[in-house]
Amino acid sequence: MVLTAMLPRLLTPGSARRSASVTARNITALKPAYWLVMLGGFLEPVLYLFSIGVGVGALIGDITLPGGQVVDYAVFVAPAMLAASAMSGALSETTFNFFGKMKYWRLYEGVLATPVRPVEIAMGELTWAMMRGNVYSAAFLAIMVAMGLTTPLRALAAFPATILVGFAFGALGMAVSTTLRGWQDFDVINVGQFALFLFSGTFVPATAYPVVLRWLVEVTPLYRAVDLIRGVTTGTAGAGQAVDVVYLLALLAAGLAITGRRMERQLCR
Amino acid sequence: MTSSGYVLEYHLVNYRRTWRGSVLSSLVLPLLTVLGFGLGVGAYVNGGVDGVAYLDWIVPGLIASTAVQTALGEATWPVLSYFEWNKMYFAQASAPLRVTDILGGHLAFMAFRVLTAVAAFLLIAAAFGTLHSPWALAVPPLAVLAGLAVAAPVTAYSAFVTTDSYLAILFRFAVLPMSLFSGVFFPVESLPVALQWVAYALPLWHAVDLSRAATLGLDPGSGALFQVLYLLLWCVGGWLLASWRFRARLVV
Amino acid sequence: MTSLIHARGLVKRFDGFTAVAGIDVDVQAGEAFGFLGPNGAGKSSTMRMIGCVSPPTEGTLEILGLDPRRDGPAIRARLGVCPQTDNLDPELTVRENLTTYARFFGIPRRTARARADELLEFVQLTERADARVEPLSGGMKRRVTIARALVNEPDIVLLDEPTTGLDPQARHLVWERLFRLKKQGVTLVLTTHYMDEAEQLCDRLVVMDGGRIAAEGSPRDLIERYSTREVVELRFATEDQSAYADKLDGIAERVEVLPDRVLLYTDDGDAALAEAQGRALAPASALVRRSSLEDVFLHLTGRTLVD
Repeated sequence: MVLTAMLPRLLTPGSARRSASVTARNITALKPAYWLVMLGGFLEPVLYLFSIGVGVGALIGDITLPGGQVVDYAVFVAPAMLAASAMSGALSETTFNFFGKMKYWRLYEGVLATPVRPVEIAMGELTWAMMRGNVYSAAFLAIMVAMGLTTPLRALAAFPATILVGFAFGALGMAVSTTLRGWQDFDVINVGQFALFLFSGTFVPATAYPVVLRWLVEVTPLYRAVDLIRGVTTGTAGAGQAVDVVYLLALLAAGLAITGRRMERQLCR
Repeated sequence: MTSSGYVLEYHLVNYRRTWRGSVLSSLVLPLLTVLGFGLGVGAYVNGGVDGVAYLDWIVPGLIASTAVQTALGEATWPVLSYFEWNKMYFAQASAPLRVTDILGGHLAFMAFRVLTAVAAFLLIAAAFGTLHSPWALAVPPLAVLAGLAVAAPVTAYSAFVTTDSYLAILFRFAVLPMSLFSGVFFPVESLPVALQWVAYALPLWHAVDLSRAATLGLDPGSGALFQVLYLLLWCVGGWLLASWRFRARLVV
Repeated sequence: MTSLIHARGLVKRFDGFTAVAGIDVDVQAGEAFGFLGPNGAGKSSTMRMIGCVSPPTEGTLEILGLDPRRDGPAIRARLGVCPQTDNLDPELTVRENLTTYARFFGIPRRTARARADELLEFVQLTERADARVEPLSGGMKRRVTIARALVNEPDIVLLDEPTTGLDPQARHLVWERLFRLKKQGVTLVLTTHYMDEAEQLCDRLVVMDGGRIAAEGSPRDLIERYSTREVVELRFATEDQSAYADKLDGIAERVEVLPDRVLLYTDDGDAALAEAQGRALAPASALVRRSSLEDVFLHLTGRTLVD
């Protein structure tokens, strides 16, 4: 598979240790204010769940899944919020923060003067983004169980799926970051991210869209992520979810490979 | 007041470099929301809200929310940056400008941003056929009032903190909850009573309520006057706080 | 003796622009070696190649007997790098900057911590160990960066413009610390466009101009070879200094006319000055000084170094 074919060439003995030292830097940098910011990151999907899932859900009532099951609107929206928060958590760390460290603080120029290589920085940053994101996801799944939006067993099964989603978006985010020219490009990223958030089968099933739009939506990564997690938390997973997993793994491998290569070209000129 | 005019001019000149990005965030984002929520989710809301189609019901709320977001965007990072990073306020303070000119000029620019964003949004709203009353013309001044009602106190806050982590905290713990639970997406009456009162205490709900009455042509009743006065109170209180903070930072 | 750094015909090109146009360099263990030249001479590009973060376009380069193209990480493990602009981590304290950096080399936490304390002592920043980096002065930040470059006990320390942008007091403090390192036997490779810095710190240096090496030797060698013992600087109270050049004919071995002054190169400055005054030339100011690397550079390239 793509992943197993590409990674051995990128990684050498000691890579894991060196990536871990990049992750460790971020843990050292944690200061009291960031803990609050992190708590906020967890709060965000929960607020959306209550506002849209419960508040707007009261206006909507039940909704029919593509497979035919009829579920409460909150049951439909909750896994989408989880996927979206795994995405935005991974992206905020790997776009805004990563870009700042690379271009603005020139942090990586210092790191690259050590034995650490570009792809190891990428992996270390990704691991960090995931540590953060996974805490959010686990907490959100617990809330879903508490609100009766999924069963404990399904929540357990959904957790690895959210990790995969986070890793895939993290790798994508870093690859995108290496192509940015300046802070003004973040306006474009924000709009793109928001468009994904609104139209990835998150708030209404993609089947509601006109055919062409629906195809377009179904190739975007967040649609795949929502489809995967919703399949698991509603207990309707099937062959479609296998496609989602392969799609996200490919995204992860491609993102990492592109990031490593582009960082090397930009920082090791 | 001419001196604050010069300050406004500075911000306008500066804006010529960055307006493209703001068009994306203050025009494309609302448009996407109208499509995704108004039309997308609206199709699943049977019978609308209070007999009004969901799209028509949500658009005035989104307009008020956009006004507040636009004002906040300018009252947070730029203010912090002018104090902490590029120190523009200090440069202005070393010119013959008073603190009220510096603050007033920047707030005037925030009002300008709100006005243009809301005007653009109203055109979109009209194109979707969601404006049902000539009272919609009252929305722009109302939006400026609502924008300043949040921008003034938040400017004071941004002048108080020294790192942008606290701005992220403001957005996550105050702005996002306010945006999600102030009757933009669903009626506040369906919230638990205690949370309803929180919504009534914050400025956004009043802006949403007034702007909804305006675009739908509903009679807001005499309570509307108190709502306007309440928003004005936020403006004045915020102005006092902000000029106190600006003075503390700039006049030492 | 084998050289720690060995370069032959080293070239660096960026999209058609040649930064380094074929240079030969050998740096021996324990020496302080300098690249001297104006901005754009190719010094920093050379340093980045030596630091194994910029692959050479052409030529051979061996560092510590290894090939940077293949053994980058292994070489960097034994280098200490102090870049031209400080790239310290603004989210960390001074001490954390050193300890997290040590971790990138795989140095155990306990050792890292002990070494950080030692190094902060060395750069005289012990009392700022727990302060954030951001509010520190330029000189302090530079000292933290130098301490960071030493955290892996490197075989070679690369310093790119170590004192550019610092005030005189801070410069002297940095020089003094670097001098101590040199005494301890650490191999220093530095770039500079300051003559006094090169004279203070370097055992041997190359003068670079336009990506090439214009001359090589110890500061004393270079001055002897390319300049005279003393220099007389004359300033005339006129727009055009060159009007006086003819009248100074024969007084000195060589006369250089600059926009704001005239330089007389001679082994006896006082005699030359006396003779100039004997010719009834009345300069607004006159100064006799010893020759410096500035004069070497002027002689080699016809230009002043700092413009």
